[in-house]
Amino acid sequence: MIKAILIFNNHGKPRMSKFYEHYSEDTEQQIIRETFHLVSKRDENVCNFLEGGMLIGGSDNKLIYRHYATLYFVFCVDSSESELGILDLIQVFVETLDKCFENVCELDLIFHVDKVHNILAEMVMGGMVLETNMNEIIMQVDAQNKMEKSEAGIAGAPARAVSAVKNMNLPEIPRNINIGDISIKVPNLPSFK
Amino acid sequence: MSPSVRLQEMIRVIRSARTQGEERGVIQRECAAIRAQFRQADNGGRSHNLAKLLYVHMLGYPAHFGQMECVRLIASPRYSEKRVGYLGAMMLLDEKQDASLLITNSIKNDLSHSSQYVQSLALCTLACMGSAEMCRDLAPEIERLLRASNSYIKKKAALCAVHIVRKVPELGELFTPSARSLLSEKNHGVLHGAVVLITELCQRSPDTLAQFRKAVPELVQVMKGLVMSGYSPEHNVAGISDPFLQVRILRLLRILGRNDDVASDAMNDLLAQVATNTDSSKTAGSAVLYETVLTVMDIKSESGLRVLAVNILGRFLLNNDRNIRYISMTSLQKIVQTDHNAVQRHRGTIVDCLKDQDASVKRRALELSLALVSAVNIRSLMKELLLFLSCCPPELRSHTTSGIFNAAERYAPSQRWHIDTILHVLTTAGGDVRDETVPNLIQLITTATELHCYTVHKLYRALVTDISQQSLVQVACWCIGEYGDLLLGGECEETEPVQVTEDDVLDALETVLQSHMSAPATRGFALTATMKLSTRITHNVDRIRSIVSIYGSCIDVELQQRAVEYNALFKKYDHMRAAVLERMPEEGTETPQPADQVCDLLDLLGGSDEPLQPRPAAPGPAPAGPAPAGPAPVSSSTGGDLLDLLGDLDPPTAPCVKVYEKNGVTLTLQCDSQTDTSITVSLIGSNSSHCDITNFTLQAAVPKSVQLQMKAPSGDVIPADGLGQVTQTVLLNNPNKVSLRMRVRVSYSAQGSTFQDTVQIDSFPPVTCE
Repeated sequence: MIKAILIFNNHGKPRMSKFYEHYSEDTEQQIIRETFHLVSKRDENVCNFLEGGMLIGGSDNKLIYRHYATLYFVFCVDSSESELGILDLIQVFVETLDKCFENVCELDLIFHVDKVHNILAEMVMGGMVLETNMNEIIMQVDAQNKMEKSEAGIAGAPARAVSAVKNMNLPEIPRNINIGDISIKVPNLPSFK
Repeated sequence: MSPSVRLQEMIRVIRSARTQGEERGVIQRECAAIRAQFRQADNGGRSHNLAKLLYVHMLGYPAHFGQMECVRLIASPRYSEKRVGYLGAMMLLDEKQDASLLITNSIKNDLSHSSQYVQSLALCTLACMGSAEMCRDLAPEIERLLRASNSYIKKKAALCAVHIVRKVPELGELFTPSARSLLSEKNHGVLHGAVVLITELCQRSPDTLAQFRKAVPELVQVMKGLVMSGYSPEHNVAGISDPFLQVRILRLLRILGRNDDVASDAMNDLLAQVATNTDSSKTAGSAVLYETVLTVMDIKSESGLRVLAVNILGRFLLNNDRNIRYISMTSLQKIVQTDHNAVQRHRGTIVDCLKDQDASVKRRALELSLALVSAVNIRSLMKELLLFLSCCPPELRSHTTSGIFNAAERYAPSQRWHIDTILHVLTTAGGDVRDETVPNLIQLITTATELHCYTVHKLYRALVTDISQQSLVQVACWCIGEYGDLLLGGECEETEPVQVTEDDVLDALETVLQSHMSAPATRGFALTATMKLSTRITHNVDRIRSIVSIYGSCIDVELQQRAVEYNALFKKYDHMRAAVLERMPEEGTETPQPADQVCDLLDLLGGSDEPLQPRPAAPGPAPAGPAPAGPAPVSSSTGGDLLDLLGDLDPPTAPCVKVYEKNGVTLTLQCDSQTDTSITVSLIGSNSSHCDITNFTLQAAVPKSVQLQMKAPSGDVIPADGLGQVTQTVLLNNPNKVSLRMRVRVSYSAQGSTFQDTVQIDSFPPVTCE
């Protein structure tokens, strides 16, 4: 069983934390700090398995981690999980994030924590591995997002307008357009639902 | 009220805070705004507020006021709000909060919702934080969903069922039939969930295990399909077809095949096939191979397969990738008990891994090396372990020292080697050893009589070099006190001769006494040692007297007490000083020491009796104290506490067996109480002759696996003409239920001469009253 999944950066700031067993808030923060402490001391070419965390469970538990650029992805598991399997799972998770966010970087995780949670919920449920096929996961996440968008209706219009404009490939627009009452020809905005 | 900002705005603001205080301020303002928003009845931005709250919660700030909002959002008909609500429930609620009960009804409704995504939200939340009551309420729903037609829902329901079974094991029977039918699914996600569910069910109940054994052929089929199938793009990971599912199935096969010949036979071929065909150049292949090896070793596989498995592990061990090496050592650890010889072959590689830079690999190598120690390789392996100790990471030190001590105790080829090893450990890592090392070492030294000279020279040298390791200093002080005359005597065949003068020795002890580094216990040791030397040296007794009198006004109460008592020994009781401070008697001699009988059975009845090995009695509870530690001759605290352990004297109606009768002295055995694994007997000595029997002592020995504990006797004088008795209670602990035998040695003085006899007791009388 997976006890916890943590993502934090090189300075120890948590970017996502999901616990599959209940701990108090203080304990959770302590666990994150302790894990960061243990993981950051590791060299680059040592193995990806760590033992010896005192707080999260004790002797049966291992930390399996991977370091990608500025982020550490840490899974705390007990002995019923295959260690090499979890390593592969972390890889699948990161690849899925990459597909969903298009060249994911730390900022994406910071500003879209809820989406990361939703993606993770399709992969790991209740501490157990649910789905490992990347395409399947992405398909489900997309369907859910579509459902959410379709519900939003009028209230969601401004938000969707902003995101639609952001996603548009506009040619370079000159900055100071405001020259009084002269109407400016703007490009055709695509209609959206 | 300031308008609430969106989640991303808030994150941006928080991130731009320069200091922790600024961040706290921003978050407090946001939380206040969120709380106010929650209080308002209807609000379009509720989900955004909760999302913000969850972000704040992740950073570590209190967020419990959002719990009711979660409940409200879950009940909302809109999907986006439900989603955030359920996420909040998973993060903020748990079974200890009352609010979690309120969402049970919402979950129940959502489980029958028309949209599969809503159903999946409910399933996910239930699987993460469902309490036992919630699980009981909703189990029938889950079971229904297991048979639903949608594979997306089925796989989620399967994992939810696993959670339910973990929380409420009795509900396992509810899921057994559906789990079985799920095995014929094609969808890998559902199969995966089904295998996990069956694994959990089998681990919980042996009956279910027997039931699922019949499913082994089906599992073997599925596995074959995975292994033999060609390239399938959707499940392919680094060339292996769905390694996650393969690993899960292998694990389930392991559980099903354990201790069962039929099932093991059915999987033999498959395992051989997987072991030979899987490509282990990538992690995925290694994961499958590793699982296969573990399964082969655990079930009743044929020997050829086992050899193949161990060879695979050996190949893993030599791999350059540290992950693979770590994994192979973990799996070797699991099989070292059963296939010891196979693992021994790889001892060289494992010992090399002790020198690896990686702390995790070192830890695994240490555990494995300690498990591989045997009488044959003890010397070479101990050399490696001692080398490891000098450069090992600090968190592994205490584990290493206890491992080394255990190994040395079990397999020491000679006493000198044993003492050398322990001394080496104490000099390298004295701060990390267990507390009972000091008395154990002292006991060991006492028994090695011919090595006293060598030991005391070595310890003296170590003491002079370095007084920071407390355990070492304590042992050294004790030895110098006891065997100071040997030290001053000079020659010793085993080490280079060095002339040690009395002044040198007293200087060393004084340094220990005065140093800041010495713990109070250590100073106690040093003071007693100095005192003992007063009878062993000739010239500097005055110096000792002055040292001792100085400490009569020491602030430390323990030291002060000792110094005052020793002072008294010098002044009023000088005639007794020599007798009091003489060398400690070796264990197991005839001198009447009623107080020490709890731990005096070493070397007891000679080595000539094969079946009965004298067992040292389990050291009694605290009263026995650190027996060899210095102040025993002076302070009377050690002996007196044992008198509370006399035990009850039995009513004379219980059956007694007469085991010895001679010279008017009779010894009878009476059984006080008996359980399956232990028996309490009383040995009663009586005297029908006309003169008193004095110095009456009993010593006992039992077979190797039995533990013996003798309580203090009621006395050691038996008055004449049957006017009195001496009773001693003996506790025998027989965990292996071997046939109980006991050999008792009786010794006493009568009419000025001493007698000693041995009697064997082969059968114990039954107890009449329970």
